[in-house]
Parts: sequence; structure tokens; C-alpha cells
Amino acid sequence: MSATQAARGPYSDVIRERWRRPRFRGELPGAGAVAEDVNPLCGDRVRLMLALEGERVSAARFVGDSCAICAASADVLAELVVGRSRAEALRVGAADLLAVLQADIRPTRMRCVTLPLSVLATALNGKR
Amino acid sequence: MRLDELTRPDFPILERVVNGHPLVYLDSAASSQRPRTVIEAMSQYYARSHANVHRSIHTLGEEATELYEAARDRVQRFISAQHREEVIFTRGTTDGLSLLAETIGRTLRAGDEVLITELEHHSNIVPWQLATRDRGAVLKAVPLGDDGTLDLGAFERLITRRTRVVAFAHVSNVLGTINPVARMCARARQAGAFSVVDGAQAAPHLSLDMCALDCDFYAFSAHKMLGPTGLGVLYGRRKVLEALEPGRGGSEMIKEVWIDRAQWNDLPWRFEPGTPPIAEALGLSAAIEYLEKLGMDAVAEHERALTRQTLEGLAAIPGVRVYGPPASEARGAVVAFSVEGLHPHDVAALLDAEGIAVRAGHHCAMPLMRRLGVVGTSRASFSVFNSPEEVRHLLAAVGELRTAL
Repeated sequence: MSATQAARGPYSDVIRERWRRPRFRGELPGAGAVAEDVNPLCGDRVRLMLALEGERVSAARFVGDSCAICAASADVLAELVVGRSRAEALRVGAADLLAVLQADIRPTRMRCVTLPLSVLATALNGKR
Repeated sequence: MRLDELTRPDFPILERVVNGHPLVYLDSAASSQRPRTVIEAMSQYYARSHANVHRSIHTLGEEATELYEAARDRVQRFISAQHREEVIFTRGTTDGLSLLAETIGRTLRAGDEVLITELEHHSNIVPWQLATRDRGAVLKAVPLGDDGTLDLGAFERLITRRTRVVAFAHVSNVLGTINPVARMCARARQAGAFSVVDGAQAAPHLSLDMCALDCDFYAFSAHKMLGPTGLGVLYGRRKVLEALEPGRGGSEMIKEVWIDRAQWNDLPWRFEPGTPPIAEALGLSAAIEYLEKLGMDAVAEHERALTRQTLEGLAAIPGVRVYGPPASEARGAVVAFSVEGLHPHDVAALLDAEGIAVRAGHHCAMPLMRRLGVVGTSRASFSVFNSPEEVRHLLAAVGELRTAL
């Protein structure tokens, strides 16, 4: 078995890249909006930290202990929300994340993709 | 002939190709696969003999009743229970343990204690939480030693005059630890407590003898032992069952009903309200027949060899950690492991891409995961149809994982 063969399944190049070299992983001191949640199925834990300038998200970081799909999803979400207004950020959905991740995610792993979304909603005090 | 060479042709699902690879099914601890005889026993029953049991005064009803009760007899012999009335059909291990927690729970008083252990499946934790909470009773847990076995010194200290129930797994579904059931049950009885054993991971793999274990209750599931889903067995010692009020009502469990009261049926039906899973009981009977033909000692020996091969093979791979007692100890047919830097779900998904089915996550044992300091593990588990070649395939695939993502 080669490494490339083993990397099939749900792991797209984007997921592998974001997992190995996340762009938004880390702490965000002084973040104005913070939330954390856990996926009871697998124990994935994600904390999202957002800095807000008025109604606009000016910076985003995440930390967490999760699978590659969830971490990649959180990384993409952080990228997508920076520069958006609170309302615009809350409109980012699973389809937007999947469009970037370019992965074939089965229903059993869908919660790995969407966990960061519900954390975002909590952080921004919205209900999803 | 090796056991897997004998059995593999009997399991039609092993012909499946998964993600371009022949299926390597290493998840029998979650649910095993079924031999053709089990599938046929159930479809034959539906095609030829189905009717409701016990009160049908017609040919099919009598046939169904006879078959259903014969399945009970086979279970009785399989677990060496003294009486057929001691075999209660349930919906599964979880259902059996819940039934007990509800039933015994009603007799708990404030300050009474229920003693479980740190290595329990949620099914043997949460029902007791509900039962104790509702009655003001106290739930305690025997801690686990670093070697993956229970701290029996602590067990002795935690049993008190207030202990009413001691509930624990025969075999851990994560660590594979085999607990000293007879010793723990004897200690429970000495303290005047009921002993309740979760046998879900033992029944498929070990020769069971209720008289030798000398427990009050023993619960297991059909679907982990080559049988169908939706059916379990709850063994209860006759004297104890006779003294217990049924926790659940319905038809079948009564002799006579008035608007304000009812008279209970005899054992075991007193604890079987509603139409039982009849086809499933016949499926379990066929599964037991299959296991008995192989011989439970041969089954245990085969699975022990696979477990040892896996433990030793995984431990030799850099970055891989295995959990539970060492390979030299008696263990159940499960091996939990982790791969450095990889989440257990990613491990399982990467192995699935190779056609290998393993379990990943907390295995319904979150307190144990917390004790081990992990969010979850990956777990390979074995049954009669698994082969040493499949284990080698697993080991090769795990060996490549660290560079796979």
C-alpha cells in the first residue's frame, strides 16, 4: 500500500494541506467572541476565537483536538469569515465549506465539517 | 485446518469488495457478521412458520411457540444455566441492563450504593445513574490500575453494608481486560449485594458457565455472537428473579389483569412483556449451534492467537500505542490502539480506504477514555472468520498511516 493510496477516502488535497499546514490555527489574545464545542460522537473539540471591529470580523483563529476533516473545516471557516460582517459570517454554511474542501464527505463524517459552524454561531451569539 | 479456513465460506458478507479491496472486517466487538445458517433460520421461519407465540391456538402459533421456547433451551445449555426460567429474552445487552436498573432501582433507598467500575460501557453506567438519582442512592466506581486491570484492593474497600448492586463487565470492550467475575460475584453476595455482569464482549468468545461464575445476573447480545440484531439475553438466578417485581408491564408478563391490579406470569415470561423478537431468537439459536459445532474452546484459542498477533505487531510499529493488559495476559478479542498525530476517526477512515473495517472513537466508554487521557482510540476486534493474513494486512496498513495524511 502506498501513502497516496491510503490517503483516498474523504481526504482531498485541500484537507491534507490544511491539516498539515493550517493557516488559522492558534490563539487569538483579546478575542471579542469565543466559543467551544465538542462532537459527542468522536470527541472532536474546537474553540473558535474572533476579533470584532464594530460589526466586522477582523481576525479569526481556532484551536482544538480533532480529526483532519474537522480541523481543515475550522481552518477554512476562519479564512471565510475574516472581513465579513457578523450577519454575513453567520450565513456561511456547510456548502461553502465543502466547496473549498473539495472532498467527498459521507453523512457519518458531516458533523466533522459542521462542528466549526455551530461553534461560530455560538461565538457570534446567533442561533443556527 | 485453521478455524478461519473452515468458517469463511459460511459468511456471505466476506465476498464484499470495499473501496476496491476485499473486506477485512475487524469490528465484531461492535457487531459481528452472520453465517448463512443464521440468515436462513430467520428467513425460513418467516417463510414457513411465523405467528405470534404463546396464545395462538392454531398450527403456526404452536409451531412458532415451540421454536421460540426451544431457542431458550439452547441458550440455557450454552450458558450452563441451571433452569430454563432463568433465561429472559431482551432487546440486547443495553436493554437487559436497563431492565435491571429499572427493576432493582425501584427497591433502592436513599443512601444505598451501587458499585460499577471505571472500565464500563455507557450501557452499564447511565442506567445506574438514572436508578440511583431517582432514589437518592449513591453511585461509585472501582478505579482502574495503570496495567488496565481493576484495582481489586479498592474494590474491597468500596463494597460496604450499603452496597446493593455490583455491576461490571466480564470483558472490557476497549481494553480486553477479563475481570475476575466469580471472585467479584462472591464478594458481592457476601456483602448482600446483587451481582450484575455485562457479558456483551464475553459471550461471543468464551465458554460460559453461569453456575461457575455464580452471578445473580448476566446480560449479553445476539448480534455480537453471529446472531441477529434486536435480541439479547438476560440470565437471572431463579431465586432472585422470583423475588423481584417486574419493572415493565404489558401482555405476556401477566396471568390475570383487573383494572387496578395484575397478577404476574411465571418465570421467565414475567420479564418479557409484549411480542418477543421470535425470528431473532431462532437466529440466535442457529448462531449458538454454529459456535458449538466449532467448539467454544477452539473459538477462544483462535481469537486469542489473532489478538496476540495484533498486539505484538502493533506494538512494534513506531508511533503506535496499544492499550490494556499485555499480550501475555488473558484478554478478550479486542485491541485498542492509537497512532501518534492522527485522530482515531482519521485512522479508521484511512484503513477503510484499504477495505479494513475498525471501530474508532470513545467506544461508548467516555469515563475510561478520560482515565486513559485520550479522546478516543481505534479498535480492531476479532471473530471466528478472521485470519492471520487479515491481521498482517492491518499491520501493514497501520505501518503506512503516519505518512498517509
